[in-house]
Amino acid sequence: MLELRNITRHQGEEVFLDDISLSMRRGDLNILLGPTLAGKTSLMRIMAGLDKPDSGELLFDGVSVLGVAVQKRNLAMVYQQFINYPSMTVFENIASPLRVARIEKSQIARQVAEVAELLQLTGMLDRTPDTLSGGQQQRVALARALIKKADLVLLDEPLANLDYKLREELRAELPALFAAMGAVLVYATTEPNEALVLGGNSVCLHKGRVEQFGPTLDSYRMPVSLRSAEIFSDPPLNSVNVECVAGHLAFVSSHQKIGFNIVQIPDGSYTLAVRPHHLSLERVTSDDMEVEGSVSVTELTGSETFVHFSMEGNPWVALLHDMQEFSVGSTVRFYLKPQNLFLFDSNNALVEWQPAIKG
Amino acid sequence: MASIQLQSLAHRYSSAPDYALRSMQQNWNDGGAYALLGPSGCGKTTLLNIISGLLRPSEGRVLFDDIDVTDFTTEQRNIAQVFQFPVVYDTMTVADNLAFPLRNRGIAKNEIEKRVADTLQMLDLQERANDRARSLSADDKQKISLGRGLVRTDVQAILFDEPLTVIDPHLKWQLRTELKKIHQRFQHTMIYVTHDQTEALTFADQVIVMYEGAVVQVGTPQQLFETPEHTFVGKFIGSPGMNVLPCEIDGSEAIFAGKRISLDRTIENSTARFELGIRPEHIKLSSRDGMPLTVTAVEDVGRHVIVRGEISGAQLNALVESGVAIPANPSVIFDSSHINLYANGYRVGSGMGAR
Repeated sequence: MLELRNITRHQGEEVFLDDISLSMRRGDLNILLGPTLAGKTSLMRIMAGLDKPDSGELLFDGVSVLGVAVQKRNLAMVYQQFINYPSMTVFENIASPLRVARIEKSQIARQVAEVAELLQLTGMLDRTPDTLSGGQQQRVALARALIKKADLVLLDEPLANLDYKLREELRAELPALFAAMGAVLVYATTEPNEALVLGGNSVCLHKGRVEQFGPTLDSYRMPVSLRSAEIFSDPPLNSVNVECVAGHLAFVSSHQKIGFNIVQIPDGSYTLAVRPHHLSLERVTSDDMEVEGSVSVTELTGSETFVHFSMEGNPWVALLHDMQEFSVGSTVRFYLKPQNLFLFDSNNALVEWQPAIKG
Repeated sequence: MASIQLQSLAHRYSSAPDYALRSMQQNWNDGGAYALLGPSGCGKTTLLNIISGLLRPSEGRVLFDDIDVTDFTTEQRNIAQVFQFPVVYDTMTVADNLAFPLRNRGIAKNEIEKRVADTLQMLDLQERANDRARSLSADDKQKISLGRGLVRTDVQAILFDEPLTVIDPHLKWQLRTELKKIHQRFQHTMIYVTHDQTEALTFADQVIVMYEGAVVQVGTPQQLFETPEHTFVGKFIGSPGMNVLPCEIDGSEAIFAGKRISLDRTIENSTARFELGIRPEHIKLSSRDGMPLTVTAVEDVGRHVIVRGEISGAQLNALVESGVAIPANPSVIFDSSHINLYANGYRVGSGMGAR
């Protein structure tokens, strides 16, 4: 188990990591999710012992490891940029951690063969890394990390430089691979869809703070904050400022009322948000909220449509399950089911609410 | 802007025995948005470099508006290029970076100011106009690179080589839609190289899918999704890609896992390897009818659920809307209007259920 307690790190006035406390168990995949500069790499460097926090404690299996040198920790790292030994064959690259650990020859051959098979490197074991494509080189780096059987495996956007399709394949395979390792796994990514495919737990990071930590799907379904909802949305989250007065919600910019009433929330300013695939061209229930806007651009993928439009001055996007062209400047109307709406208060925290029963 | 023709174009690097690009014939319209899509090593960057003049093809000709430019330098071809990593003068301001390609061509000062202002606005960089490029984030630097590609209006074509690869997902959406708007507004001839299907499909009117140095299909996003001409295209496009299921042929029927599926034509028996192609989006799960599926994994990815399974040894994925119950022992039903038939990897005629 890896425990971070109140980890803080500054550089000058800038806060890189702000009071971070997390517990990560062996066998679990822990995803650090957030945009560039959210603190993912800073946090990993502290976990690895490459950097020291200004304050806070780092424990592995209950023992403080802050003073332990990187070389003395049993950890493996995979970076976005592929790092291999250029003069060694793929076989020797993968085998290198086992050689260092003085594992028996026949064992090495067997383990390398297993990992190579898993990462589709079997036919390339005799080649040197410079004769491989980028994707293959990264798979060699991954294979080396996997074979080491480290206690802590840190993967910093390991698929970012790979082809889309290869990423898709590896994403589908990695969870089973990780589960078999029995290590504490930490995996940084900027892409919410990658986090969702990988599953596990997610740490939503925003400007060096943990917005949310929990099972990935739970965080996606029930974000505790606006930032967490935004980090977890691709296509981006749609949001609009609203005002609540005596249970009536209205848009702040146009003062137009929203079609349903809300009970149980105090008057004040809120942010109403919804994910793009929850916008529908058809009304399903009489409680559905209606939004309207002017189309700025339509993107067609061959099976789906992304309609970008301006909603009360905010850029919104709807994801539709078929192909429909909308001309630029035309007005579109969408319907939103109340149960798919998120409401955040002026501190950006999720607000529990219910639509009032009509009648 | 110009139309682009590739005549019997092929390329072999002098040291290599194999063709990096196999002979192709392409006609790209003036003002079109084209994407070159394929995995790494498919030849898409080689092709782009031939169009930009960085590389001279070992065979064939490149024509811009019927003028043979095969022996022209990049400069003589008058094109704009945007690369994967930012190409920015760190010591210049953002505005000067954008003005640079215009000043180089002796454009009038007031015209330069206007175009720089337009470009800054397009990329949402107005507030950084007078900052030195050095102080910008990697994302913003890449915006400047895009801006430098878009600031000139007198170019023959704008070429993009994986321009959004290093950009954060949210900004990627913003820049992608900006590019789309710019194309709709100015109708530049644009060629966009990427391995990312979403970028290719949303950007381009026509997508050129490449594999091992060859063009395997040129089509609209809808054609690539609905009627992939090769099983490679079917698998490459879509997440997950098209299911490819080995089948046997009996006259006007295909037989998969003992089930007969009627075709829209009679197929002559041959030694060809026949396969059915059906997308995960076009498979329904049922608790009663259809072919029993052995489920191997159920992946809830938020928006939908991917059900992975097996029928008679063939791997098969189905997509289920989030919130829809998955039967305990599901069977699958294929939407017959969305099945394609393949012989040795290539689509047979208009397939079945032709539309």
